[in-house]
Amino acid sequence: MGFALALEQDGIPTIPVSTHVFARLAKATSLSAGMPTTRNCFVPQPVVGRTPSELRDYIEGVDPVNKRPFMQCVLEGLTQPLTGEDMKGATFERSTPRLLEPDTEDNLRQLFIENHWTDCLPVILPTEARVEAMLKGSGKPADYVVGTMRPTSFREAWEFDVEKVAVNAVMAGARPEYLPVILALSASGVSARSSSTTSWACLSFVNGPIRNEIGMNDGVGAMGPYNHANATIGRAYGLVSQNVQGGSVPGDTYMGTLGNNWAYTACFPEAEERSPWTPFHVDQGFRPADSTVSVFFGGWYTQAGFGPRETWKEKFIRCLTATDHFSPPVIVMDPLVAHEFNKMGFSKQSLIEWCAENAKMPARSYWDDQWITTLIKPHAVAGVEPFASRLKAAPDDMISIFQPEDLNIIVLGGETQGAFKMISGRYMGRGFGADKNSTPAGLIDIWR
Amino acid sequence: MADKIIVHDPRGYPPKVVGKRLANRPESLDGKVLYLIDCLFDNADVFMEQLRLWFAENLPAVETRLIKPRESWVDDPEMRAKVVADGDAAIIGVGL
Repeated sequence: MGFALALEQDGIPTIPVSTHVFARLAKATSLSAGMPTTRNCFVPQPVVGRTPSELRDYIEGVDPVNKRPFMQCVLEGLTQPLTGEDMKGATFERSTPRLLEPDTEDNLRQLFIENHWTDCLPVILPTEARVEAMLKGSGKPADYVVGTMRPTSFREAWEFDVEKVAVNAVMAGARPEYLPVILALSASGVSARSSSTTSWACLSFVNGPIRNEIGMNDGVGAMGPYNHANATIGRAYGLVSQNVQGGSVPGDTYMGTLGNNWAYTACFPEAEERSPWTPFHVDQGFRPADSTVSVFFGGWYTQAGFGPRETWKEKFIRCLTATDHFSPPVIVMDPLVAHEFNKMGFSKQSLIEWCAENAKMPARSYWDDQWITTLIKPHAVAGVEPFASRLKAAPDDMISIFQPEDLNIIVLGGETQGAFKMISGRYMGRGFGADKNSTPAGLIDIWR
Repeated sequence: MADKIIVHDPRGYPPKVVGKRLANRPESLDGKVLYLIDCLFDNADVFMEQLRLWFAENLPAVETRLIKPRESWVDDPEMRAKVVADGDAAIIGVGL
């Protein structure tokens, strides 16, 4: 879509072709790009997996959105003279008020639901007094710009300030002392409400002293609904994401086909004191005394097991190769598991390297993946390693599916069982936050 | 009657939208170069090949050229420059 709009501006008449389920999204994208009359054409969903003959039928059939023969839409779209509307585009200001019109609590709750401003669970209404109290959790002024966020790369980014984060934190039921964590998550610029068809979510992990200061739970039930801070911080990050980016509405700004339960809330502290290894944030170059959040984009799958038992290698390989290998896993392990690996002589890094070295699958299976084909194959064709070598492999050759830098380990859990999970989660990196681009994203302390 | 309260709007601040015009259209595609841009989404190459065949069979006066960007969903200025320099129109698909 972005290509098409850019080409139109370059003077090339262009028809973007999408499948019919993207009709609303295509219209909204054209509108926000200032080209509402973009001549979108549509074929039925899906294209993936259809034979040449079936795709030819699409081409010779009817555009299911425009209700005319597909090729007629295409040819007319490329040759019909421009109208006045086509010539001028659409310039307009959009604004969102700071405060809503006064109303009853019942009516406002209904308004929030109807406008898709909630996660469909009850929220605390963000009154002026509650937001003011929440803002006391950070030393930053209310109008300090935190950053921008967007549901996907081709949508426009919306800006938000500290007050907007506080508003959504109130809605999530968070306490003021959690606000610096929520601000750091929001400042990452990574949306926890990606509009991708792949139903992503964001998992985040907290390191450093703030975990204990605000009473987060890294013990029994750490990843479940048993701690106020864990639960409401993760929820607040999701509400911030959907509201400051301009929405997360199915069919418009959300296209995840299955949805994702991690999207309700997924923020957890690492059990640094009970881990045999250095904390995650220290591995990333932060100081032990720094408080940080680390965002992992994924949540698409979960593999799980116990151990390490005698056959742990087979189990790990089964889990690693059962992942959707486009999205590498973050391995979350109970301290019991980490200590056992440590006793076996593994450091965190050497275990990661073992996983990368031994997670292999036949080349034909590796490449027979929608996202590997769409996103990785172009790099392979361009000669970028290690993808180019993977592409050269014979179909039955066993090839590595991850590099060590794709994989991460977080230690948490209550030591009631030696359990681990491998959860889809690509570390989004330190990057740079909104704080004048001088401070790494993820550092909570700058938001205190 | 229930009391009325005032609450904040939770949404962020959208950017201003600046209108942009579409490109001028030719009266016909006959004798023109039409780029068929495979956006790299899975199976889009097969769709574009079928589209190329359709033009060859039904509108042979249109010269079609298949082209791909370097990556999905990432702008490829070199590819766009080639389309602008050598082409008269384009179809891109299948995907957003």
